[in-house]
Amino acid sequence: MPFINIEDLTDKDKALMEVNQLKTEIKLERWLTSKCCEEIKAYIQAAEEEDVLFKGIAEDKNPFKEKGGCVIS
Amino acid sequence: MAAEKAEMDVLKKECDGLRTQIEAARKGVNDGNMATAAGSATDVGRVQLKLRKSLKGHLAKIYSMHWASDSRSMVSASQDGKLLVWDSHTGNKLVAVPLKSAWVMSVAFAPSGNLVASGGLDNMCTVYNIKAASPKTLRELDAHTGYLSCARFLSDSEILTASGDTTCCLWDLETGKQKIVFTNHIGDCMSLALSPDENTFVSGACDSLAKLWDLREGTCKQTFSGHTSDINAIQFFPNGKAFVTGSDDCACKMYDLRSDQEVITYQDASLNAGVTSLTLSNSGRLIFAGYDDFNCHIWDSLKGEKVGVLSGHDNRVSCTGVPADGMGVCTGSWDSFLKLWN
Repeated sequence: MPFINIEDLTDKDKALMEVNQLKTEIKLERWLTSKCCEEIKAYIQAAEEEDVLFKGIAEDKNPFKEKGGCVIS
Repeated sequence: MAAEKAEMDVLKKECDGLRTQIEAARKGVNDGNMATAAGSATDVGRVQLKLRKSLKGHLAKIYSMHWASDSRSMVSASQDGKLLVWDSHTGNKLVAVPLKSAWVMSVAFAPSGNLVASGGLDNMCTVYNIKAASPKTLRELDAHTGYLSCARFLSDSEILTASGDTTCCLWDLETGKQKIVFTNHIGDCMSLALSPDENTFVSGACDSLAKLWDLREGTCKQTFSGHTSDINAIQFFPNGKAFVTGSDDCACKMYDLRSDQEVITYQDASLNAGVTSLTLSNSGRLIFAGYDDFNCHIWDSLKGEKVGVLSGHDNRVSCTGVPADGMGVCTGSWDSFLKLWN
């Protein structure tokens, strides 16, 4: 595939590139945001219980804890 | 001269018209943002993570870090001219890779754990085998005409790079040649993130846009606007249907792929520093964003509230990362330290 150097593109080339890109993007079928946000929330809620950074972790199971009893907090 | 200007005017008008139509289509499906959906979710409360380790070893600013797939090793890059591979459980340094060029901006670990890659102002991406007796340069990928801002391995034979020359590139590591060049941004590409299924990736650039690309076809599928300055950081939401960006405009945003728009902004009037880096906890509920104000602020991704802060660095937080097992978060800074928190 030819390597296009942006510095070689004229203003007209860039404008054409943009028009062609917009013509592609306009065809996209878009979903309702409410449905998408609900899905994201559902994903989070299903995964939250296992999320150590969200739920916390027992000291004896913590792989990063300082050995030797000195914890900087 | 006049004919050229007339042509440009026609094209510009066509662009404006198309953009207006796209905005109308986006508005048409916008029946509620994340705040609406999040209303019923439980509050996160205050997130107080403890500093577990401070990793000392670099002698200059740390610019980048990346976890290995084993969730234990990680690699960091500093402008002291070294890559360091660490065992995060013990804090020990496992490997030191001396760099030809000290001006490194990005580092990546291959999923296999055999290779690391780095690059920066040398415009190259250099791949090293760190399993050899001493680190061996495997490939020097040299075709970008601008700095290397980000790199991510797909495997030991393919790597994706983002560059200040405004392009992203997929390379074949067996031949050392470019397979596909992704051209569409009109500003320096600063960051990229692979989708969980590795069929697509997103890039953030200094044109304040984020773009979604088809990895195999080489085409730009979608463009996301909203930021008002350079996008420095980008990460996929774990289900691959959304992504989060961080920008010099001091905000982070979540964009949803299927509705093709921004669904929430993470911004606070008291936060007047640019976002340099970001990472998500495994469920996606928490966003850890590194800022120029020396802190890593923690956001509730659903409710858009600031829920915590990781303070302790003495300079800009330049990189953050959560390992695959989600057990902690690492922050790297211009103060030359890496810190591990959970």
